[in-house]
Amino acid sequence: MTEMLQILDVDGTLVGESPVDDSVTRGLYEAMVTARIFDHKATALQRQGRLATYAPYEGQEAAQIGAVAMLEPGDWLVASYRDGAAMQSRGYPWTQLLLTRTGDERGGRPPAGVNVLPPSITVGAHMVHAVGLAWAESLKGTDAVAMTMFGDGATSEGDFHEAMNFAGVYQTPTIFVCQNNGWAISMPRARQTASETIAQKADGYGMPGELVDGNDVLAMYDAAARAVDRARRGEGPTLIEAVTHRIRGHTTADDDGRYRSPEETARWAERDPLERVRLYLDAAGVWSRKWQEEIESAATAAIEAAVEEAESLEPFTAEEIFDAMYAEVPPPLAIQRRRAAEAGLA
Amino acid sequence: MAELNYREAVAHGIAQEMRRDPLLVMLGEDIADAGGVFKTTVGLLDEFGPERVRDTPISEQAIIGAAAGAAMTGIPTIAEIMFSDFIAVCFDMIVNEVAKARYMTGGQISVPMVIRTANGGGSRFGAQHSQSVENWCMMIPGLKVVAPSTPVDVIGLLAASIRDPDPVVFFEHKSLFATKGEVPDGEIVDTLGTAAVVRQGTDCTIVALALMVPRALEAADRLAEEGISAEVIDVRTLVPLDTETLLGSVVKTGRLYTVEENPRLCGWGAEITSIVAEEVFWDLDGPIVRITTPHIPLPSAEALEDLAIPSADRVHDTVVKTMG
Ligand SMILES: Cc1ncc(C[n+]2csc(CCOP(=O)(O)OP(=O)(O)O)c2C)c(N)n1
Ligand SMILES: [Mg+2]
Repeated sequence: MTEMLQILDVDGTLVGESPVDDSVTRGLYEAMVTARIFDHKATALQRQGRLATYAPYEGQEAAQIGAVAMLEPGDWLVASYRDGAAMQSRGYPWTQLLLTRTGDERGGRPPAGVNVLPPSITVGAHMVHAVGLAWAESLKGTDAVAMTMFGDGATSEGDFHEAMNFAGVYQTPTIFVCQNNGWAISMPRARQTASETIAQKADGYGMPGELVDGNDVLAMYDAAARAVDRARRGEGPTLIEAVTHRIRGHTTADDDGRYRSPEETARWAERDPLERVRLYLDAAGVWSRKWQEEIESAATAAIEAAVEEAESLEPFTAEEIFDAMYAEVPPPLAIQRRRAAEAGLA
Repeated sequence: MAELNYREAVAHGIAQEMRRDPLLVMLGEDIADAGGVFKTTVGLLDEFGPERVRDTPISEQAIIGAAAGAAMTGIPTIAEIMFSDFIAVCFDMIVNEVAKARYMTGGQISVPMVIRTANGGGSRFGAQHSQSVENWCMMIPGLKVVAPSTPVDVIGLLAASIRDPDPVVFFEHKSLFATKGEVPDGEIVDTLGTAAVVRQGTDCTIVALALMVPRALEAADRLAEEGISAEVIDVRTLVPLDTETLLGSVVKTGRLYTVEENPRLCGWGAEITSIVAEEVFWDLDGPIVRITTPHIPLPSAEALEDLAIPSADRVHDTVVKTMG
């Protein structure tokens, strides 16, 4: 088995060289704490019927936040429905993330200048976009890169093969980050692909592949930073496999008891990505209960404000559906739009 | 007689056919251990084992392609595509391979496979998980297209589709899964290409499919109270289309309404409209009216999705307005 990169072990002990100083590590920790609070809040809102089906990312915060932390504002992120933590750290507001789950199409509209595409719902499709985004940046002569995040299951789609192959041939500045969280709905990783690791698939496309402890935010940062640097220097794409775990069901609508044992989840909960960083910071003398409370209450306040904002928007109207479809509403649709405005959609 | 819901009827129909034909196999994402994300295949793994009920990696092209390959050797297959929206991911396989194999080999190869898929709106799943795409498949020569509206039709038409020597795309409607119906004991096998007159009437013909059938029936009940006698036809299979029943009804009533969930342009009702206009134009007493979802991606907001998809109210009001 290929060696798996780990820098911070589950006890919070450094077993490699940290790519960042402790102030950055504190920032990464704060981002993970905030992301988890959002994840729990979104799950609770769904239970209260205030949100549609939600795909929780609990347990995958390090894989997401570690991977994107060194991206520059001009870089692109194109991720999936489970990647809210990564997207928000790149500027996609909590409010918009909530709107994608309240049935408001404005959830797909991050603020101008935020180079994050809305979450991909069709498994795999967005990986190919990341190739085009990166290619375009090369054509424009910028040094921006494109990162894409996807699951272990997504590697079975033809789109994965075609995206990886294209990126390899064009040497696009694309970073492929696979969060291998052990499951694709009810399908365990072992039955998703016969290859030993997902990282090794990079070989077939002529690019480096790296196996990383996805619950170790420092390892994720380190691997991603090296991949981003290579891409920026014009040295082409990289595949990173972040080994992590889906702690919750596939979505709030999924009953994972049908296909997996609670013991498995409990084992992984011991490898929690947040706790090991807390232990490390504590040992380094840069963590305190007071600071923990401060970052938690700041996160809670920001998230409550986002919920408030999302829930107080005027509802998306029937006319807006038509307006959003084409740059200019074509005449036959304009007739349907007028009817929608008058009497509902006739 | 037993009462089953629509989702149980799916598993019931598959089990009936798997017991009859030991060669029949099924594959798809999350169909075995999990019993399907819509719980339409619950119990099949236990009864028929993992060789015949197989979970697959997330590879729609391989699901359809491999099922087609197996079917070409004479092993009938059922391939599940979790959401009908993702038929687009494997459309090449369906359109250029599955649908054309018989033609291009002069009948030496047939593809006895059924592509089952969860279709339609009403679940607030948004633009990429709610589409009604039966019209996409209707336009491909070589495919048969089935979309039942009741549990008993699910079983009978599924059995007919599985026994058919040609490929069938079988649309199960997400918003019908919980609906119940009486199902007779014993083997149930229906006939493709037969529409059902589900309500007799004399003033107009309302043609509907899948989720639109109960809505058309509800509208017809209310129209009856107001003195308009509407005949309601459940198309059941778009290909082959039962033109005899459709034309016979229109000749009798003189008025045609289609109720379609698919977006308006090139919806299946346009085809029926054109057949009726060509064949029995002089029997019509008024213009044909299509009641459809507008030509828009389906919104995920509850209120907007409900507005977009034809409702019993919209059917009722449209008939009242146009029958004058
Ligand atoms: C093309 C396509 N096929 C199937 C689905 C249904 N589906 C949604 S998520 C999912 C599992 C994805 O697993 P993985 O890639 O491992 O991501 P995870 O959910 O574990 O984050 C499936 C099969 C889909 N959305 N798109
Ligand atoms: Mg996964």
